[in-house]
Amino acid sequence: MTHGYLSPTGLEIAFVLVGLVTLGSGLLVVTIKNLVYAALWLIVCMGSIGIEYLLLSAELLAWVQMLIYGGAIIVLFLFGLMLTRAPIGPTEELNVRNRWPAAIVGLGAAGTLVTVIVQAYQHTWFDPRDAVSLGTGQALGSQLFKYWVLPFELLSVLLLAALVGAIVLSASGRHASGVEEEED
Amino acid sequence: MHAVYPLVLGALLFAIGLYGVLARRSAIAVLMAIELLLNAVTLNLVSFGAILRDQYGMGQIFTLFIITIAAAETGLGLAIVLLLYRQRATADLGEQRELAEPVERFDADELLFSGETRGRGAAS
Repeated sequence: MTHGYLSPTGLEIAFVLVGLVTLGSGLLVVTIKNLVYAALWLIVCMGSIGIEYLLLSAELLAWVQMLIYGGAIIVLFLFGLMLTRAPIGPTEELNVRNRWPAAIVGLGAAGTLVTVIVQAYQHTWFDPRDAVSLGTGQALGSQLFKYWVLPFELLSVLLLAALVGAIVLSASGRHASGVEEEED
Repeated sequence: MHAVYPLVLGALLFAIGLYGVLARRSAIAVLMAIELLLNAVTLNLVSFGAILRDQYGMGQIFTLFIITIAAAETGLGLAIVLLLYRQRATADLGEQRELAEPVERFDADELLFSGETRGRGAAS
């Protein structure tokens, strides 16, 4: 049975529509002049990527994506914007100088990747509903602890190292700024 | 579903993130663009996981790992950006012309250890 591009299934239509939302909000994240709005559009982008995971039948990952990206990481970004006293209003000089070289690199990467992918996977067809049983919490958990225990433990060490690193960085920063304030 | 749809979406998202990393000047905006890059990669992993359906669940497990690493990376990156802001009073990447630490912060023996280059740099 062949599947043409001219008669899309409902799943494909939904995927493309959510994909357009993802791309539009992603473009706004990198081009909008107001940094706080960029962080808020990042929520839309991450949420729609979560919906794409659901459409690809990665159920647990969709919720993890919503929780970690839509929640925790955006809050971190907003705190970072607040603590560095980033300009809240629109700023003109956000991306002036490097805009055209960066656009050329981005368009070149997009063109190359899309050409290669279309050439390579033109005739590949899959049904995401066949993979539903792979994306449940039960399946993912059993695979994680059956086959991927060692990377999992390694990741916990990495998280600990990141925690210690962040504490060391912020503690030494407080010391340096304290010295500067005394000098002032 | 044709495999082209999720893969092309991942590629375009990657290109958008690449543009953001190169064009933005605020360090925090660059970190946001890096999140876009990581999400493009995880989208590719999830779609290949759904296409190939291997018994180890590699695509989705790796996506979980990448999300964890991205969280750690964002925390550390923001700590570095805050440190940069405290020392230089700006988080603008275009303004960071010299990456060396200020010379005054070195101890005497460290200055002796590499005294030649740093002394010349301070004099100029």
